[in-house]
Amino acid sequence: MTAYLIRRTLFAVFVLWGAVTIVFLVLRLVPGDPAQLILGSDATQEEIAQLRDQMGLDRPLPVQYGKYLSDVVNLDFGDSYRYHRDAMDLVTERFPATVQLAVVATVIALLLGISLGVVAALRVNRLTDRLVSVFALLSQSMPSFWIGIVFILVFARQLHLLASGGKGGLDRMILPGITLALPFIAILIRLTRSGLLDVVHENYIQTARAKGLSERVVILRHAVRNALIPIVTVTGIEFGKLLGGAVIIETVFAWPGVGRLLIDSISARDYNVVQAAILMIAGGFVLINLVVDILYGYLDPRIRLGR
Amino acid sequence: MDHPLLSVQDLTVQFRTRAGTITAVDRVSFDLAEGETLAILGETGSGKSVTAQAVMGLVPRPAGQVTGGRIIYDGTDLLTRPPSEARRLNGTELAMVFQDPLSSLNPVLRVGAQIGELFRRRRGASRAEARRKAIELMDRVGIPAAARRVDDYPHQFSGGMRQRVMIAMALALQPRLLIADEPTTALDVTVQAQIMALLADLKAEHRMAMILISHDLGVVAGVADRAMLMYAGRVVETGELREVYETTAHPYTRGLMASIPELDGPRERLQPIPGAPPDLMRLPSGCPFRPRCAYATDICASQPPTLAAVPTRPDSHRAACHHAEEVLADVVAG
Repeated sequence: MTAYLIRRTLFAVFVLWGAVTIVFLVLRLVPGDPAQLILGSDATQEEIAQLRDQMGLDRPLPVQYGKYLSDVVNLDFGDSYRYHRDAMDLVTERFPATVQLAVVATVIALLLGISLGVVAALRVNRLTDRLVSVFALLSQSMPSFWIGIVFILVFARQLHLLASGGKGGLDRMILPGITLALPFIAILIRLTRSGLLDVVHENYIQTARAKGLSERVVILRHAVRNALIPIVTVTGIEFGKLLGGAVIIETVFAWPGVGRLLIDSISARDYNVVQAAILMIAGGFVLINLVVDILYGYLDPRIRLGR
Repeated sequence: MDHPLLSVQDLTVQFRTRAGTITAVDRVSFDLAEGETLAILGETGSGKSVTAQAVMGLVPRPAGQVTGGRIIYDGTDLLTRPPSEARRLNGTELAMVFQDPLSSLNPVLRVGAQIGELFRRRRGASRAEARRKAIELMDRVGIPAAARRVDDYPHQFSGGMRQRVMIAMALALQPRLLIADEPTTALDVTVQAQIMALLADLKAEHRMAMILISHDLGVVAGVADRAMLMYAGRVVETGELREVYETTAHPYTRGLMASIPELDGPRERLQPIPGAPPDLMRLPSGCPFRPRCAYATDICASQPPTLAAVPTRPDSHRAACHHAEEVLADVVAG
């Protein structure tokens, strides 16, 4: 177990280094000069050169990269050019909002996706199964921004049931949460349904039936947990994506998450904020993957106990 | 046998496949008395496992379907009852042990929980009580250190121990009929004998009736009272074990007997049955065994043989072969 943890930690460090490096390079390879953007279009060449010197942008790339890495190791992520504040502070301020939304969307998706998938598998090829399939198809094929706008129009403007946006309590998270959850629900329905239909042909399901257990117990106790393993993987990946910030949805629902911060910072070439945000998101991903691995072991003792 | 425990009459099971419909079990009939052991023998695909699945209500649907016949258990026809109701007999009255104990045990549940759930779900026992009974049963079927191993998972057991877990599960609620479908096929030879001995032991202890399915005539010899041989979904020979083994009246049975090596006999080449098991999609006319049979004549191609009494023991021994008497004469002559 200790060796395993050490291996995982080294791997995590490697992944974070990779993410940081790629972002560093990409930001500097795309056209657009932060000094120019900060000073505006009427700045003189001299002023721009002076600012570039101040920001260290005129030094060779390897030098900039070396300084950046040593700063990151010391947990110094630099200041935002736009806000003149610590870049990581800006990100961590926004992060809870993104996490909240991601959690709400994931919980909605898991509850609806798995239960609809189970129902579809139990009623395979019958009307219920078909209806669930149609729902999955619609959820996956309608673009989120459009669903988001329709939700706002219907539930907030017309019915006045839920708030259309801004940060706040759970009631403000329901609409963006469902909007984000829909494509995720579609994936979970398909995975649960096909996973269960596979598992149902396993010999141990026949054994459970030979024991005279009710079909409900056979499915819920003997089949679902075995079908859950691929679902855990996908949930990890999808949750990780949501942590990256739901850029469009955060914009539609005026949700102050990391996604919007990231997009705004990229447009403004606010290098330090982009780098800090990506580091945070990559860290989240690494952490989720670790949780997923641990969950595997919990779900499948063959992995936990080694074999 | 005026009131058999189980009476299967003209059972027919069909499977619909993309290529067409096949008849996996074709008008099979047999009776089983309380406490009696019947061996169902045959090659892969002869319909012996599907027969057992039909009795347990486990024919894989929707591809497979019982299309005819009756399965009368203790006076009631299971096929006329709704499946959910018929299934309630499973575990309590009927139980089954499967061929491959590893894939037949749920990999993510502890063995104690898998045995115990019979007490919890079917008898309303408490968790602690179910666990205690699971340990008792594991002990009874010869699993060492049962109290410790009750919390282990199936993959932590050896093949033989897994099959013991399966047997413990099947016996938990003391069923009156145990079906064992090739219970030793997936196991090492040394373990096979132990498992067969355990089954024989438990059968005597609980006075259970048993259906023992096997492709190996040797394995069932010490345990079964009667034998029924199946070929291409049909019963080809049936009778008391001794009759079937010693006064064999069907060439297929004779072929299976000849493919068992003998230790104390002269060293001869084993004689496998020529040809491959039949393709149920393209059965030949008349007798399905005809293409592989040394006795086959014209009548075998034109008329399917039906089960008829074998003259040496007409009351119990029957065979479905136009040339039964010739086969019998050859067998008796050695």
